[in-house]
Amino acid sequence: MSSVQQVLAAGPGALNRLRRSVWRRPRHGPELAWAIAFVAPYAAVFLAFVVYPIAYGLWMARDPSLYRELIANPLYAQTVVNTALFVGLGVNVKMFLALLLSGFFMRRRWWIKALLPVYILPWALPSIPAFVSFHWMLIGEEGFVDSVLSAVLGIGGPLWFRDRWLALGSNIVAYIWKWMPFWTLTFYAGRTAIPQEIYEAAAVDGASGYRRFAHVILPLLGNLYLVCTLLSTLWTIGDFTTVSLVSEGAPSYSTDVLATLGIHYAFEGAQPALGVAAVMSALPVLIPIVILLMRALQTRETQL
Amino acid sequence: MLRARSRLRRVLIEGSSLVLVVALLVWSLTPVYNMLLIALDPDEGDIEFEGIIWPPNPSLHSFHAVVTQGYWLVEDFWRQFGNSFFIGLMTMFLTVLIGSLASFALGRTRLRQSWLLGNAPLVTYAVPTSFLVIPFTRLMASYDLSNTLWAIVAANVTFAAPYAILILRQYATLIPIELDQAAWVDGASPVQVYRRIYLPLMTPALAAVGTFALLLAWNEYVYQYVLLSSTRNMTVAVAIAQFFNSDEAPLNYMMAAALIYSLPPIVIFYALRRYMAAGLTRGALKG
Repeated sequence: MSSVQQVLAAGPGALNRLRRSVWRRPRHGPELAWAIAFVAPYAAVFLAFVVYPIAYGLWMARDPSLYRELIANPLYAQTVVNTALFVGLGVNVKMFLALLLSGFFMRRRWWIKALLPVYILPWALPSIPAFVSFHWMLIGEEGFVDSVLSAVLGIGGPLWFRDRWLALGSNIVAYIWKWMPFWTLTFYAGRTAIPQEIYEAAAVDGASGYRRFAHVILPLLGNLYLVCTLLSTLWTIGDFTTVSLVSEGAPSYSTDVLATLGIHYAFEGAQPALGVAAVMSALPVLIPIVILLMRALQTRETQL
Repeated sequence: MLRARSRLRRVLIEGSSLVLVVALLVWSLTPVYNMLLIALDPDEGDIEFEGIIWPPNPSLHSFHAVVTQGYWLVEDFWRQFGNSFFIGLMTMFLTVLIGSLASFALGRTRLRQSWLLGNAPLVTYAVPTSFLVIPFTRLMASYDLSNTLWAIVAANVTFAAPYAILILRQYATLIPIELDQAAWVDGASPVQVYRRIYLPLMTPALAAVGTFALLLAWNEYVYQYVLLSSTRNMTVAVAIAQFFNSDEAPLNYMMAAALIYSLPPIVIFYALRRYMAAGLTRGALKG
């Protein structure tokens, strides 16, 4: 890390404190009208494509009988369980591994540096080809995984999409494969922003391995980890692509998540209101996560 | 004694990290290898892959068929490729433009005091985009944008912009506001401050956010699947999914198309990778 980067990484806190005292009483700032003009394009996008569709969706799903119909359907309860497992396991395993691996990539060995571009490939690879490939890899005896199992170990692999738990596991593994590199890169970036002196000080005090992780890395990266996990949770609850391409909901809709179920209802079942109701039923979980996220970002700003 | 033990420890650490490197290589490359394996198969139609872990007689036939549009499912391949490109680049451009304007306003002007405005973009994520696709289709019909590429761009920008604003605002805290103030004192207009100071200094973050938007557009599937119905307006992603859903489609063509489709984002991504780390990173740690 160059000295410039170190100054950049350590600097903002000091700069911010300075700025705050100067900036509390705005002086030569631009006119409010200008500021509004700058936000206007985003505000237009936000109103046209966020506020309006949400309001429209809530209006479509306003009839309480829709929710009674959902709850009466055992498929819905199963889907809720699948979504919880897919998101809960997928996000947390992915984030935790990403945090550990970001530390691994900090090691100064040329073969670890050389691995990084290859490791990031899944993120650069578009999800449709990637998940289609996962689907065919796990298709059964014809698939690559079972072919390897029989060629190398001489055992017949399972029929991955005939069993609910295997199929659900396949979805989760494909999901982790696709998105772990992105978050690893984010944590890697976060770690490189930790001034080298902190590591050195910790080393002088004899902290290494687990103790360095628990007492140096976690407190410094804790809030970043929280923010990223919350963001990723929100994005994953709405993930349609993974399940619709890897397991296709098989066997017989038993691995569907809310996003795929809603779209089945709306476009194949021709019941758009029921589809919207199915996905809107996740709002009681989503809204607290958004509030938590805002708070986590808020503490970050006040701690600057 | 102590020295011998520390050497043993070092060998163990290096050894296990080598094992991890090999494991990660296999983990990252297996699905890509699987795509190649299928794409290199010479036979059209159903393929017997039982027990095959490397191509017995590899052939580029399927790539040739896709590139020359020599099969009915790929007869509009280059047009669809162009559509994907249009969506990807437009999403990238508009996200960077709208995101940088908004982050400038929210981070560098009087509006920065506003907690409400600063957090409003995150509300977008309260309802994930795939959930919104149902009302969105109705909406697009009323905006007269059904079955157009702009509908997809709009959806992508909607989803990419909040993250872009978040990253840009964090990165912007690294640029001393004294620079802006000096420019105001010299009589610069807000547009000049934005163009001459803000944009040039924000380059790494803009590249990071642009790459993010491009990859988001290239990864996006549900809106394209639901909103684009005609073959001419279709994207490669939807075309691949069509292959996937039709029973008699040759898998090797599908995988060849998928591999070609994967190239542009990979190229752009590695070209901009230098900036990525810098862009995502800084500001990430405050707190």
